[in-house]
Amino acid sequence: MENKKVIEALKKTFLEKVSEVPDRLGDSVVRIEKDVLFKIMEFLKNRPCEFTMLLDLTCVDYLSSKGCFEMVYHLFSISSNKRIRIKSEVRKNELDIDSLSDLWKNANWLEREIFDMFGINFKGHPDMRRLFMYEGFEGYPLCKDYPLRKRQPKIPLRKITK
Amino acid sequence: MGKIKPRAYYRETLNGGFIATKINYMLGWGRKYSLFHYPFITACCGMEYMSAACAHWDFDRFGVGMTTFSPRQADMLFVVGTISQKEAPVLKTVYEQMCEPNWVIACGACAVSGGIYDNYAVVQGIDRIIPVDVYIPGCPPRPETILNAIEKLQDKIQHQKQDWQWKIKK
Amino acid sequence: MTRIQKEARKESLLINMGPSHPAMHGTIRIMLELDGEVIRNSEVEVGYLHRGFEKTCEHKTYFNLLPYTDRLNYVSPLINNLAYVMTMEKMLEIEAPERAQYIRVIMSEFSRISDHLTALAAMTMECGAFTVFLYYIQAREEIWNFIEQTTGARMTTSYIRIGGVRADLHPDYKGLMDKAIKVTRRVLKDVKGLLDKNKIWIDRTRDVAVANPEMAVNYGFTGPCLRASGVSYDVRKAHPYLVYDQLEFEVPLGDKGDNFDRYMVRMKEMEQSIKIIEQAVEKMPASSSRAGLMAKGIEPDEAIKASRTKKAEERVNLSPNLQGSEKDVRPDILVKGKKYTVPPKEDTYTNIEGLINHFKFFMSGHGIRPPKGDVYFSVEGGNGELGFYIVSDGTDKPYRLHLRAPCFHIVSALEEMIKGHYIADIIPTFGSTNMIGGELDR
Repeated sequence: MENKKVIEALKKTFLEKVSEVPDRLGDSVVRIEKDVLFKIMEFLKNRPCEFTMLLDLTCVDYLSSKGCFEMVYHLFSISSNKRIRIKSEVRKNELDIDSLSDLWKNANWLEREIFDMFGINFKGHPDMRRLFMYEGFEGYPLCKDYPLRKRQPKIPLRKITK
Repeated sequence: MGKIKPRAYYRETLNGGFIATKINYMLGWGRKYSLFHYPFITACCGMEYMSAACAHWDFDRFGVGMTTFSPRQADMLFVVGTISQKEAPVLKTVYEQMCEPNWVIACGACAVSGGIYDNYAVVQGIDRIIPVDVYIPGCPPRPETILNAIEKLQDKIQHQKQDWQWKIKK
Repeated sequence: MTRIQKEARKESLLINMGPSHPAMHGTIRIMLELDGEVIRNSEVEVGYLHRGFEKTCEHKTYFNLLPYTDRLNYVSPLINNLAYVMTMEKMLEIEAPERAQYIRVIMSEFSRISDHLTALAAMTMECGAFTVFLYYIQAREEIWNFIEQTTGARMTTSYIRIGGVRADLHPDYKGLMDKAIKVTRRVLKDVKGLLDKNKIWIDRTRDVAVANPEMAVNYGFTGPCLRASGVSYDVRKAHPYLVYDQLEFEVPLGDKGDNFDRYMVRMKEMEQSIKIIEQAVEKMPASSSRAGLMAKGIEPDEAIKASRTKKAEERVNLSPNLQGSEKDVRPDILVKGKKYTVPPKEDTYTNIEGLINHFKFFMSGHGIRPPKGDVYFSVEGGNGELGFYIVSDGTDKPYRLHLRAPCFHIVSALEEMIKGHYIADIIPTFGSTNMIGGELDR
């Protein structure tokens, strides 16, 4: 199905919770509210839209400018060869959002990575643990307030003598 | 032959007699030409390690060919690639499983000093964790550099004080 | 306590295939719950090579972070460069000149061949076929010799730049390229005879770790692993970039999605890549250099002296590491525009506009400053769809840079693929997924 028709169908079904973002480079971008995330993803995965593959799931830290994190989902449909980008905001005082691991299985590890790097909790995730950093690491590295060069060694390091 | 000897030669030669120095020499000769190495490969330098191990720039002809995958049977640890904070205890455990005498080569800029990664996740050089004998610079080092480093290590092994005399522990 | 320690039954054996293990792929930890030799349950732990790539890139300018992209998928470094550079070109809305696009195609196809060679070499060596490893590394050496002649480095090249490539092909490139192709073809033929109908190889890899098409699409597989399951999706055919729509090649498919199919798809893809390279060499537009690429010119210090009195018109002999990027070759290899590329060295040292452009490119706060917004672009990497998502806020450093790593999604399916098989089946399975630590852990 063409992306324009997909966006129109979304707007008809979910009314004001969906808004299209104009993109100067020609991509299709849709902004949604986070409480209807799971239903919209289910709608997009099934017929007739058939976005069967979750390409990517990422997060951008806008805490200082807008006061929220922005989750970005990239979906892809093999049958109609179309991509769509979906954005959703997560406010600072309620850092949780629905998990998509029931719909797409690779969402399991992608959401664990975002929890590790940003600290966002995913409701309904079977196994919410850190993925890249070791257990006992304090802080969420990719947030803008975490300094780049802060050292947190897991084992005590030797002193260098001459 | 005009070769500059490494500093270890001048500092650590035995003040013993003729026989002690000759036994030292023989042990050094034996140890340097039969090194069993344990390749602790993590990242991109592993590709140049593979090139140095295969037919084009073979390091088997230097005596280092036997790759053992158990550190308890190895006497050289070849650390190749970046060591992250999560990997550091693993490296320490592997090093502590090796018996004396053992040597460590840090291959690549990331193992020597953290390389281009100066951030929260990378150990800035493996000499923060274990003692290192030879440092190989390069990102990644060419295979010829790795062969040169092996030659330098063999020089060091030849001229260091070999521990063959009985030591009474007090 | 790991998850598997909590879930395991009392009578089963827990074994750890630790982060430092003989498989030459990188560091990953697989914890197994065994019932005899059969795997009941497993847990994969990654992150042992997490180097903070995404956070580091937020502190470097767009031009400076090119070497970091080389070290992601380190067996095919030119393709990572290409993915980043094409994302930036989409954001800046510029396009590289045609000869540069053909050179990019040739380089990325050679990188793809080198990626598949290394993956299959490691996979077969661990199963015991040591000869295949030695043959493939020999072929890879010839390819790297060709890449080194043009770019200057064997592996981490930083050759593909925003707006084009760094330097033109070496004038004698045909000799080394033909040798690389000849050795690769001979090696592929030899290994086909060794392994394709070998009963031991087929017994070890057929019907092991089957990934049927629905599971593969649900997990987000792309690349050779998806094509081995039967789904035909190749980014070069679906969303063509560079000049791939003018070149003819096939996309090989498998039928079952087991280890043997993944091996066969990679072997066939290498032959298709060689076909692409030969077509690209024929169709490439000729170099527009008037004097020829190795003609004699004046020395740099004479040129600087001469420029004080009159405008420099003669060709200058550049030092060996800058050869290939002379001024008369520039329109072939880099796009016109002082905002995106470093000015030619002859201009930087002989006239004042060149010097000013050079400074304004490298000064912090100036340089490449794309308009505000975000962009996603993907290319076909050795493992699948390699994509970059870049968010820019108008300054000279990216606000957020995210990499869509193909092998991340494939390795997340490893737990399900090895369930019910033996320990000895983990080795070819893990090898056929071609996990590269730099890409998986970023």
